Amino acid sequence: MKFKSFLKNTFVSHALDKKLEKIEKPVGSLGYDPWGFNKDTNKIVFSLFSSVYEKYFRVQTHGIENVPDSGPVLIIANHSGQLPIDGTLIGYAIANREKAPRQTRAMIERFFPTVPYIGNILNQLGAVLGDPINCAKILDRGEAVIVFPEGIRGSGKLYKDRYKLQRFGSGFVRLAMAHGTPIVPVGVVGCEETIPAIANVKPLARLLGVPYIPLAVPFIFPAKVHLTFGKPIFFDDEELTEEQVTRRVEKVKRAINTLIAKGLDEREAIFE
Amino acid sequence: MSLTTVATTTKTVNKPNNRKSAASRKTKNRQALSADKKQTVLVTGCAGALAQQVINRLRDKYNIVAVDFREQSYLSEEIPCYKLDFNKRVFEDLFKQYKFDSVIHLGRIQSSEETKIRRYNSNVLGTQKLLDLSHKYGIKHVLILSTYHVYGADAYNPALIDENAPLKAAELTHDLVDSVELENLANIYLWKYPDLNITILRPCNIVGPGIQNSISRLLASSYAPSLLGFSPIMQFIHIDDMADAIMLAHTTNHPGVYNVAPEDWVALQDAIDVSGCRRIPVPSIPPILPRTLATIAGLKMFPSYLINYFKYPVVIDGSLFAETFHYKAKRPLKEIFRFYKEQKN
Repeated sequence: MKFKSFLKNTFVSHALDKKLEKIEKPVGSLGYDPWGFNKDTNKIVFSLFSSVYEKYFRVQTHGIENVPDSGPVLIIANHSGQLPIDGTLIGYAIANREKAPRQTRAMIERFFPTVPYIGNILNQLGAVLGDPINCAKILDRGEAVIVFPEGIRGSGKLYKDRYKLQRFGSGFVRLAMAHGTPIVPVGVVGCEETIPAIANVKPLARLLGVPYIPLAVPFIFPAKVHLTFGKPIFFDDEELTEEQVTRRVEKVKRAINTLIAKGLDEREAIFE
Repeated sequence: MSLTTVATTTKTVNKPNNRKSAASRKTKNRQALSADKKQTVLVTGCAGALAQQVINRLRDKYNIVAVDFREQSYLSEEIPCYKLDFNKRVFEDLFKQYKFDSVIHLGRIQSSEETKIRRYNSNVLGTQKLLDLSHKYGIKHVLILSTYHVYGADAYNPALIDENAPLKAAELTHDLVDSVELENLANIYLWKYPDLNITILRPCNIVGPGIQNSISRLLASSYAPSLLGFSPIMQFIHIDDMADAIMLAHTTNHPGVYNVAPEDWVALQDAIDVSGCRRIPVPSIPPILPRTLATIAGLKMFPSYLINYFKYPVVIDGSLFAETFHYKAKRPLKEIFRFYKEQKN
């Protein structure tokens, strides 16, 4: 706690503190929420991450106003880059936007809670174990949730498969239908090039109990990142078969593919 | 065999607590019971701090009979207090003698105490005996104190676990089998004998003055073992707030299963820091290592069977209880941790 206070006093300016305080985020008396989000940790990392966002990845956003100012929303994006950099960048972009900044919750892969330090830090930044019950409860509280329906199939894919969407889970569409939640599709361009992997060292991954170990240069490349937010998609809450739900999933997938194509068109060079 | 006979012929079982003879006490109690129309409540686990808080809240409005299978206690002249084993036949004599209206069953041997078999006998078979007798003697309300531990500490737990979630503790550690079995048993009786109006409470960590569970011991110690890289979100309820919750659940009859937890959360390592403990780092990987170290150390505040609870969050949703009983905990986390910090100064 003392170390955290020291970091906060050192890195979080009064102006930033005030700005982040304005973002509505109910927490308990010691700054935590039930999923482990911590106000102070979030402020410290937000402050440290601003240079990474603005100077290292030089993030360009398009259509960020499509994320509603308030109320539950599912932000659905393509997943890439071995590490959860894409989720962090989307979350930062929405928390840092001029009009109606929002705190988002990113659904993370199920192995993260078992990893010492990383699981806790991600939780303190607002990340939540990717579980439908968690997602439903957070939507009920009117929060914005970032979901990568490709899961580890997306984040762990190899460089040769870049920008090829992997199979989407259908849970997010069912949740959107059940909670009357809009879906904002996002195309992420640039994260595929941050840690290009040429192979997955499966035996080592199995040994360590993690989903993949990429064979890659141990360096995060400063690829310029484009985040393109699409118009919200609404689905009625109807009694549907799995096949009908899959058609809705495909609709979102097509929207994301279009946004990725738009981002790739706008990109002049990977490290422009 | 009457209760009085047992009391005078055995030393360890069923001995009324205090300085007067069992016979005179019995007469006095009968006179007292006939003199007023107060309802009579059987409170188990009376040697514990929580039960004593509950008894303090009950004593003006109810006649109380207190029992504990662990140790003999003295509460007051008006409250008969017995040390006895629920599995012994003499336990029934209490039901015959006092004609209870309700039962508040707080007497549970914690997993850090006694052997597995003794815990099973007391917690599971003893509770079954208690429920059978409650049914036989027409008790109108039975309140049972369980624990949030029954949900199990698992890396894949969602937060805000509600009462419908599966009870996974038994598959994660055998030391909590009796806690889950007790719950299963209570649930069977809840459906089988609706007249018993069974209310099961699953509180989060109960802490505060007098509480001797593992987490309270941990916060009270100057040096607290702390798993490196893990700081699960936890919930704490002050003993006074928990006693208030039990009172509400006892006086308002809404049978069912309820989580009890305040709307506040904190990471374990922050709780340790705010309570003024110095952290003793314990390596967390490979998983067998902290478990082995805890077994070797044999500390009640850091038992091996609770390692997963120091690693993964078990955050319960107390909203159903709050809404049903119009309940809100009054003591904030800071006040709870201040108590532990002040103890060290």
